[in-house]
Amino acid sequence: MAADVTMRVWRGDADGGEFRDYQAAAEEGEVVLDVLHRVQATQAGDLALRWNCKAGRCGSCSAEINGHPRLMCMTRMNQLPPGQPVVVAPLGGFPTIRDLVTDVSFNYEKAMQVPSYAPRPKEPDGTYRMQQADIDRVQEFHRCIECFLCQNVCHVIRDHEENKRVFAGPRMFIRYAELEMHPLDTNDRRELLQSRMGLGMCNITKCCSEVCPEHIRITDNAIIPLKERVVDDRYDPLVWLGRKIRRRKRADRG
Amino acid sequence: MADQESHSFDVVVVGAGGAGLRAAIEASIQGARTAIVCKSLLGKAHTVMAEGGIAAALGNVYPEDNWQVHFRDTMRGGKLLCNWRMAQIHAQEAPERVLELEEWGALFDRTPDGRILQRDFGGHRFARLAHVGDRTGLEMIRMLQHRATQAEIAVFMECTITRLLTDDDNRIAGAFGYWRESGRFVTFEAPAVVLATGGIGKAYKITSNSWEYTGDGHALALWAGADLIDMEFVQFHPTGMVWPPSVRGILVTEGVRGDGGVLKNSLDQRFMFDYIPEMFRAETAETEEEADRWYTDKSVRRTPDLLPRDEVARAINTEIKEGRGTPHGGVYLDIASRRDTEYITRRLPGMYHQFRELADVDITKEPMEVGPTCHYMMGGVRVDAETQGSTVPGLFAAGEVAGGMHGANRLGGNSLSDLLVFGRRAGRYAAEYAAGLTARPTADTSQLGELARHALRPFDGAGTENPYTIQQDLQDCMQALVGIIRIEDELTKALEELAVLRERATRVRVEGHRQYNPGWHLALDLDPLLAVSECITRAAFERTESRGAHTREDYPDTDPELGKVNVVVGQRAGQLSLTREPRPAIPDDLAALLKEG
Repeated sequence: MAADVTMRVWRGDADGGEFRDYQAAAEEGEVVLDVLHRVQATQAGDLALRWNCKAGRCGSCSAEINGHPRLMCMTRMNQLPPGQPVVVAPLGGFPTIRDLVTDVSFNYEKAMQVPSYAPRPKEPDGTYRMQQADIDRVQEFHRCIECFLCQNVCHVIRDHEENKRVFAGPRMFIRYAELEMHPLDTNDRRELLQSRMGLGMCNITKCCSEVCPEHIRITDNAIIPLKERVVDDRYDPLVWLGRKIRRRKRADRG
Repeated sequence: MADQESHSFDVVVVGAGGAGLRAAIEASIQGARTAIVCKSLLGKAHTVMAEGGIAAALGNVYPEDNWQVHFRDTMRGGKLLCNWRMAQIHAQEAPERVLELEEWGALFDRTPDGRILQRDFGGHRFARLAHVGDRTGLEMIRMLQHRATQAEIAVFMECTITRLLTDDDNRIAGAFGYWRESGRFVTFEAPAVVLATGGIGKAYKITSNSWEYTGDGHALALWAGADLIDMEFVQFHPTGMVWPPSVRGILVTEGVRGDGGVLKNSLDQRFMFDYIPEMFRAETAETEEEADRWYTDKSVRRTPDLLPRDEVARAINTEIKEGRGTPHGGVYLDIASRRDTEYITRRLPGMYHQFRELADVDITKEPMEVGPTCHYMMGGVRVDAETQGSTVPGLFAAGEVAGGMHGANRLGGNSLSDLLVFGRRAGRYAAEYAAGLTARPTADTSQLGELARHALRPFDGAGTENPYTIQQDLQDCMQALVGIIRIEDELTKALEELAVLRERATRVRVEGHRQYNPGWHLALDLDPLLAVSECITRAAFERTESRGAHTREDYPDTDPELGKVNVVVGQRAGQLSLTREPRPAIPDDLAALLKEG
């Protein structure tokens, strides 16, 4: 059942590179990662790529396959056009380190800026009570495997490196949403989201939702509800007045 | 080596799975300057693959559950070879650790009255596993990751430790390794090191484990002079995927059976009723009717589909060997005919997705094909039950890399709880040890040059061997000769082949340069892989009986005398030494819990 395919793989580093062709056999049922592993083992031992679980659960093997951001372990060879080279490139939204490995430290830096989870006190019997129906939507966000494909395609940062300073990106908006909608959480991150995490810069083109391998409805279920919450907070007249007064007091003290 | 990058900490944790993260969080809470060093990006460790749940006697679904029953189930599942004190601590502390994870933001599936829901699993008398669908490990690692991030613990990602450093008194003084991204060497100066490196699955061809599982911690401990125990016990999970070939070995959660799925052979027989061992006869259902009732009525006996993993893996192996397997060499795992679609997709969304995407199988409509896959290492660093300290001062181990807790066979769900319970203890006692020292041990730095030279040898151009080929040959050898069923002739042959592979590994050659070079990384991973493979084979040779995950065709019975000892592997003057050492005696009150009933 083995078929010969051409794997057209980007090879290079931060200083530049080029696509190189490798002829390899593809066995029945194989995914792109399988074939690249065969290329590694037999033709290019130093081909740099990331992978771990090989079952779509860890989010390590993100790449751009025939131009589409995908997980290499979940992209079946038989889903790609037969007879044509399979083009595999590193994620374009992050700086290249080597071959298919990119520098994703941006995501970890943004994660460090998320104010922590702060639960309310337990019930008198020492437990937390939550109904399944109340946590279903937050569990959807917890499915995120941190493949960073959403961060990679988000046009706010993909083509605008300067925005990375002031924009957390879809992955982090899910993280904020899961905290804001957690039935037990007491922290309020709305002001931070709007003023420093760039929530307002998202103009809901839904590119992130389209590429999510976990099919998390990032835009509809996380970003838009967050935007609504921020609006409620900012334009609620009482909250607005309260904030003005607090600011004035702080200014007076300063 | 004066220009080499160097860092100083109180506690260095090697590995960032559940045990490593929990250890680092605890060490940090204790005030220790703490670092995590891990081979992959943060959040990608093997814990993320854990599916079914965390075993803890919360008693939310069955109030009659308690730590004594959990302790009993664990000991019996481990064929009484578990370190009793570890099994006791584990059963007692697991509920606190699960509740703590909830306090840190974890959202477990709920009971109708809003508490943490628990599911059935193999070898557990009651529904005991706190879970989130079939992605419990992801939930756990993410919550720990957030916690560690907020504690501002230093994390060295994509950094591999290749050797522990010791002082003249053989106390831990630090660790040596390399950055995978740049290939540059790095030294950590630290009086306490916690190993949390996971297992050894990449020594086998068919495995659920990722590339990282090359036995690093086992080998680091061995080379530093620590003892390993129970190395003959390698768990083959009964249900890995078998088709198509590219997914062979990928895990299918025991939760499928916990939620009502059954095993069948090609004759449509529920064959597990034919494999009920004497030890579990009194507590296992004998008819399909009784087995099916058990899911909702715990007054009857448990289905044999949920016998401990060693029993189920052996049964599947026999069915396939005797010609009752599926066309692709597995057996059927059927939940489609037993539960409705809504139930299956809600309880097992990951399995549904995995089979649909990778195997074109709709598990709500047709049975899965499954077979045994190398999954977990029971054996590991010999540690003190209370502190997780090894026999080398300053060296601690927690999680899969530590030995003793699970004896001859681990029950499903007991790993995630093990990571939390003993990760926390290792972190705490490592921090205490470091704080209690009057002077920090200093490493003999003259060894660093030699370590660097050894690591760079694959580039020097003299070799001819491809590291990928050596790893594949090693996997073929271990799979064929030191697998589920063992026999003396084959173990002897394996030792001969391992000697050849070790020699070939000295002639390994890699192409390219030091920047993010997976061929070079693999070449360096061959050292620990070969070391643990030899430990496993030698220990399997030494245990002349069948017990738990270790089955000897030439010694098919359990030997009560060997049930009183652990096989201990150490390295003295470059040579492996094996001894049989008596297990700690179990107190009478705990022994009484193990009786049938």
